Amino acid sequence: MTAYLIQRLLSMLLSLLGVSILVFWMVHLIPGDPALMILGERANEAALQELRQQMGLDQPKAVQYARFLSDLSRLDLGRSFRTKGLVAEEIGWHFPPTAELTLAAMMFATVFGILAGVISAINRGGFWDFATMFGALAGVSIPIFWLGLMLILLFSHQLGLFPVSGRLDALLDLEIERQTNFMLLDTLLAGNLAAFADAVWHLILPAITLGTVPLAIITRMTRSSLLEVLNQQYITTAYAKGLSQWIVVGKHALKNSLIPVITVIGLEFGYLLGGAILTEHIFSWPGLGSWLLKAVEARDIRPIQGGVLFIAALFMSVNLIVDLLYTYIDPRIRVPSATV
Amino acid sequence: MSHAKPRVFIFGRGGDSVGLDPAHEEDGESFKVCESIYDTLVQYQDDSTEIEPALAESWETSADGLTWTFRLRRNVDFHDGTSFDADAVLFSLNRQHDANHPFHEVGGPYIYWTDSGLAETVDQISRIDDYTIQITLTRPYAPFIYALTIPAFAIVSPTALKKSGEDFTNHPVGTGPFSFVRWDRNEKIVLKANKDYWGGAPGVDLLVFRAIPENSVRLIELQNGSIQAMEFPNPDDLPLIRQDPDLNIIEQAGMNVGYLAMNMDKQPFGNHKVRQAINHAINKNQIIEQLYQGLGIPAKNPIPPNMWSYDQTTEAYTYNPDLAKQLLRQAGYANGFKVTLWALPVPRPYIPNGRMLAEAIQSDLKRISIETEIVSPEWGTYLEKTKNGEHDMAMLGWSADFADPDNFLYYLLSKSSAKKPAGNIAFYRSDEMQSILDQARTETDTTIRAQLYRQAQALFQKDVPWVPLAHAKQIVIARKNVRDLTLHPISFKYLRHVKIKAD
Repeated sequence: MTAYLIQRLLSMLLSLLGVSILVFWMVHLIPGDPALMILGERANEAALQELRQQMGLDQPKAVQYARFLSDLSRLDLGRSFRTKGLVAEEIGWHFPPTAELTLAAMMFATVFGILAGVISAINRGGFWDFATMFGALAGVSIPIFWLGLMLILLFSHQLGLFPVSGRLDALLDLEIERQTNFMLLDTLLAGNLAAFADAVWHLILPAITLGTVPLAIITRMTRSSLLEVLNQQYITTAYAKGLSQWIVVGKHALKNSLIPVITVIGLEFGYLLGGAILTEHIFSWPGLGSWLLKAVEARDIRPIQGGVLFIAALFMSVNLIVDLLYTYIDPRIRVPSATV
Repeated sequence: MSHAKPRVFIFGRGGDSVGLDPAHEEDGESFKVCESIYDTLVQYQDDSTEIEPALAESWETSADGLTWTFRLRRNVDFHDGTSFDADAVLFSLNRQHDANHPFHEVGGPYIYWTDSGLAETVDQISRIDDYTIQITLTRPYAPFIYALTIPAFAIVSPTALKKSGEDFTNHPVGTGPFSFVRWDRNEKIVLKANKDYWGGAPGVDLLVFRAIPENSVRLIELQNGSIQAMEFPNPDDLPLIRQDPDLNIIEQAGMNVGYLAMNMDKQPFGNHKVRQAINHAINKNQIIEQLYQGLGIPAKNPIPPNMWSYDQTTEAYTYNPDLAKQLLRQAGYANGFKVTLWALPVPRPYIPNGRMLAEAIQSDLKRISIETEIVSPEWGTYLEKTKNGEHDMAMLGWSADFADPDNFLYYLLSKSSAKKPAGNIAFYRSDEMQSILDQARTETDTTIRAQLYRQAQALFQKDVPWVPLAHAKQIVIARKNVRDLTLHPISFKYLRHVKIKAD
């Protein structure tokens, strides 16, 4: 197990090195002079020169890459040129809102997705099967942007049930010290239950918006995987022994059908952690996605590099965790020994 | 904020500030907040672009226009309790000007100090006594006093900056009407009223700038009453907003210009008649009406109507396709020609939708047999290539940094700015224009300067290197109970007067 972990971590490191090369050159290959992007209409030769020099853009590319790598080896992601802030700090600030939103969205998608999948499978061909599959099809095809706006219009504007956007009421927020920038955690740390409830309230609509596509995918995956398992002989045996449907599905079939579902959940989770730009945009959610988008728009090199590396590392870690989860779900799957 | 509920004014905007160390900032979202935290030496009057005293109570110029002496306001404190005096002014300005200043390296480049021309025209900034400073120039520079209104030249607390260093941008300390409370990046900035403000305490207790990126969501927040005012609504939402009994639209002519530059380095735009023909061929009024949704006025001069020296008497080129065709024939292009038309890829204050504007121009030009191919690379490439003259025709624009015609004309139309990377992307190289603009820059008598700028506008009208397109209005939407919110053509300092009427 340990050997396997070490091997996986080493290969992760290697992949990250590959990502660093890729992201470094991509940033330099996309058109648009970073200095010019900052100066805009007002750019003149003197100002451009000065800025390029300050940004280190006048150095040869190889020198720039070497400096980038040497900083990286000291875990220093550099400073943003736009905001002058440390990239590591900015990631530390913008990741918690994204993580919070992703967790909420995936919780919503997993619970309701598996439930809907099971209902659909055991009613195969019936009305509920048809209804959930129709819902799932709608779910994967719905434009997130439109869905988010509609939810806001209906539930916040017309019915007044939810706040429109943001993470916490602006005045309540003044009482909360942002220690971690995980809002649920910070409000609890402050011992302010009203603020905690308000933070949960703010989380619901964006989580539904972000979770809808994964919800649909999980539903379909659960259904098809469960159907496959239900066709196996041991299930027939179980029914023949006179076990109730609840026991058969809940105890014998479901766990065995979860492997592909976990794979999908892991992939979606890793993907969403990289930031959900559209959802963040609609709900004024200050997450990693919109932060990175701003950096790209401004050709702010260091945040782009640091942000992409961070997201890649995150994605790989989630994948590793999913792989380890397999062995728990299905004991037949063994962690390969390092020599293989 | 103890017993009574604080009066809170929440302003919704599209993006967050980049930084709050004014000397380094160059974007509107940063200046918008800086203007509430800091003061400059001089400022605009609330309802005009005339200069009035701010941290400087009075000033005088020597006869040769080279020495400016400022007498400073007494009994003013920074938000950290330290006193404002000549040393603070010296610190704030010399930090930008003097490369050997111990705090010169803190932060990034001083973009506005270079851009506004102060870097090359200021010789020395020196202290006469505790409340008098003197700035000497290397040559007379008439826009000088206007340039001092730029928020980048605000006076910062030397004590606070020395303490925070690079982090000053996150912990700003000034003398302004509001003091800094906290900044949650990409969410909001919270400011608190400075009750002892020398200009009188502001009308609200807390001023909050909230970043709400999506235009339609921002409007819903306003309709729900969770914010009190907002900017940049979707133009399509304006009819709806006008009908809403809870909302007010507050308008103000902006100080900007959007234009279509014809690259005179390329044929056929070297030909005067061709440029005239194009000016007659575009149905400007109709296009502006449709595209700006009532928030733009057609332009005829390169400077906006609210800029002093604006020439009302200029006769705009009328829409007249027949005359345009005739001019083309006279120029030897009876069968037209084919050129590239560069469309702005991003919305800018002066041109909200470059792509649609380009399509409208394209169809108008087609009528006089000019074929255009619309080119619209992403913004960085767009700037790079137009500044290097790769376009035939390109749209671009300008928003004023300060209320002086020089700020528009010198950068956009002088021969010296036609050097690549150019500000003058028409590559209009007129010695006559250059000499008028040079003269106006050094002349200190405003009446004579205004005359010179009217000459420049007449010359522009004759040579027509551009099709001047539009001047965009700025608007803010506020809830009905918001009082004393009036916009200013350039400055954001209006937020200090805002009040909220109790319901």
